[in-house]
Amino acid sequence: MKKITVNDNILKWEENMNINVILQRMNYTFRMLVVKVDGKLVKKNDYNSTIVYPDSDVKVIHLISGG
Amino acid sequence: MNTSEMKSKHKLLKDYSYELGEIEKGYTNRTLYVNLSNNEIKEKPVTQFMKDKFIGGKGFGLKLLWDATKPQTKWDDPENEIIISPGPIGGITQYAGAGKSLVVSLSPLTDIVIDSNVGGYFGPFLKFAGFDALEIQGKAEKDVIVIIDGKEGVVRIEEAPEEAVDSHILAEQLTDMYAKSENKKNFVSVVSAGLAAENSNIGVLNFSFYDKKRKKVRLKQAGRGGIGSVLRNKKIKAIVAIADGIKPNNVVDLDAIKECGARFNKEMRELDDDQCRMKKEGTAHLVEIMDDYDLLPTKNFKYGSHKDIMNIHSSVWRSKFTQNVFDGCWIGCTMSCAKAVDGFELKTGPYKGDKVIVDGPEYETVGGLGSNCGIFDADHIIEANFYCDTYGIDTISFGTLTAFLMECYEAGIINKEITGGLELTFGNKDAAIELMHQMARGEDFGVIAGLGIRKMKKYFAEKYGADINFMNDIGMENKGLEYSQYVSKESLAQQGGYAMTNKGPQHDEAWLIFMDMVNKQIPTFEDKAEALHYFPMFRTWFGLMGLCKLPWNDVEPVNNAETDEPAKVPEHVANYITIFNAVTGLNIDKKEMIRQSERVYNFQRTFNIRRGYGLRKHDAQPYRAAGPVTIEEYESRSERYDKQLLENIDVNPEGKSTEEKVAILRKYKEDMYEQLLDAVYQRRGWTQNGVPKISHLKDIGMDLPEVLEIVEPLQ
Repeated sequence: MKKITVNDNILKWEENMNINVILQRMNYTFRMLVVKVDGKLVKKNDYNSTIVYPDSDVKVIHLISGG
Repeated sequence: MNTSEMKSKHKLLKDYSYELGEIEKGYTNRTLYVNLSNNEIKEKPVTQFMKDKFIGGKGFGLKLLWDATKPQTKWDDPENEIIISPGPIGGITQYAGAGKSLVVSLSPLTDIVIDSNVGGYFGPFLKFAGFDALEIQGKAEKDVIVIIDGKEGVVRIEEAPEEAVDSHILAEQLTDMYAKSENKKNFVSVVSAGLAAENSNIGVLNFSFYDKKRKKVRLKQAGRGGIGSVLRNKKIKAIVAIADGIKPNNVVDLDAIKECGARFNKEMRELDDDQCRMKKEGTAHLVEIMDDYDLLPTKNFKYGSHKDIMNIHSSVWRSKFTQNVFDGCWIGCTMSCAKAVDGFELKTGPYKGDKVIVDGPEYETVGGLGSNCGIFDADHIIEANFYCDTYGIDTISFGTLTAFLMECYEAGIINKEITGGLELTFGNKDAAIELMHQMARGEDFGVIAGLGIRKMKKYFAEKYGADINFMNDIGMENKGLEYSQYVSKESLAQQGGYAMTNKGPQHDEAWLIFMDMVNKQIPTFEDKAEALHYFPMFRTWFGLMGLCKLPWNDVEPVNNAETDEPAKVPEHVANYITIFNAVTGLNIDKKEMIRQSERVYNFQRTFNIRRGYGLRKHDAQPYRAAGPVTIEEYESRSERYDKQLLENIDVNPEGKSTEEKVAILRKYKEDMYEQLLDAVYQRRGWTQNGVPKISHLKDIGMDLPEVLEIVEPLQ
């Protein structure tokens, strides 16, 4: 099985897997995120167009919200 | 009876005239002292020492309360005080969230100091009237109001026999009474509680502001720790502040503040709809997000999500809240998150049939009065929110203690005979609201519920022989304060963020769940300890200043992701430092910002120790905060827990009974928490018993003689 790592969790890799697909698979619905693929920042506008390849290390940093 | 007739029934007990004075660099340089036992009113100077060490807001409250009380003073002794202080930044209108008051008192729930922050206009008006803090001591013989008239320069204590006690009526009456005309109503602010505050330990203070657009009095709550119960115990019906317009803080560099404010306001205009939607949904935007991450407390924190979430989803709240109106709880707050439901028709209780405005519900209220009690009914939550506010009780404590009672009921610890007929099962909204009405009437089982979880556990054990160990596991309180509404089971750091707090488990010191559980950014004990040092200190700073925390992190600059430490929102931290320096003329940096908080934080810890608390044993948490207590709880997430046994403890779950697995996991989780305490105490400069080290106190400049006297024998 080809895989990627998302926040240290193993996730099955899929063809044409972009950031939005990863967020869906992980059920990451929070809106204030910082996404990095192999250490490189991905801006929100680029979530759809950024394709992730097998063995990528994806960090989805959830910021803090609320009082 | 109209308000003129009510006023004519007032009996003047004392009046005191004073020079109005000016605010200089954020300070008026004096505080106001009122004693209701002997009707003494006087001014006290604010010394440079007090400003250097305690800054303002909560810091001033702690210092004044320390000086006014003895270690043995109880919450209902006359010498206990209620102190309200806005802080040096409080009252500016050029940056969002700058109108907070910090309230400090000895808590009926915890027997230690409680601090609670609140919006509404009272804090700024107190400062405009000439005072950096209000300190109320003593007890009146009959119901009184205290009036601070910042227009005339007079403070009065008056007996007030005719006014209502419940806040939505009382605040309206007093606003009418003390405003010279309709267009001056926004210069009156009222602090009040309510009938349930009299009969319980979970009373809140309501701080009012007049909403000119709606022509309604709005209420914001200093919710935690029962300060409303202290207010009513002192026979204070209300405290009224009257302002003569908006006074400048006479800051050193107004342009610098305006520049920060303009940048922030642009972020709100351009980014809020895609980020937290604070202007449309307030903090209720978090409800389904917490459910998605299994963090929304459901059925007394057993679970973190529920199939009926759509009934209390943020879209429901958006449709209930009136949109496109200014909802800031202080002037100039463009975050505008104090949402309200207008024209809500009440279905129960003494105001049944009335159409009222309901402030909220906020996220914590939805979690507390709703999901945690197994109730997924938006209209019930709005109704219960209204009654909590007007009766003067805390939605968080009421929600958490009702959830505890529901679990006790379903576990057979209490029954219909004990509850006087209330069938307190999860999801029974009629029983929940009736419990609240009983609390307001001071009748039946409502009086027992109003004791709070800690005292109820003792009561059920002594009177009915209930299993104290089980109740200690499921009763979600620490230090006597009920937990706020997040499931902390899968975040060790948040377990510390709750149970290692000075006042009890309120999330305003640290909210680390995403950072820990989801991002896995703080994997080691040292990492967690660093977070449990930085964030509580950073967030304490807001309480010294008169600032709201929400504008710090509920909208973030467009380039925040590109910064080194996005979780800290560096641009906003820089804004706060700029604003503090621009108000006071001082020149602090981000290191000194944390130092300012550390001094006050360690003073508060020492205050707890002085009162016989504040040690390691007082930072213990109920096991429900860390892991599954019951079989059903384990089995509901068995895949997760089995994985933890295998990967974290190297125990193969196969062939083991659930009881065995619960026990093994518990031992592990309890050990992890002890290791966390070790690490955090070391990072904070405390002994392994949780006592500030003398060397650390010297290092931060808080080695005051009265502090050393307390900690020295415990080194």
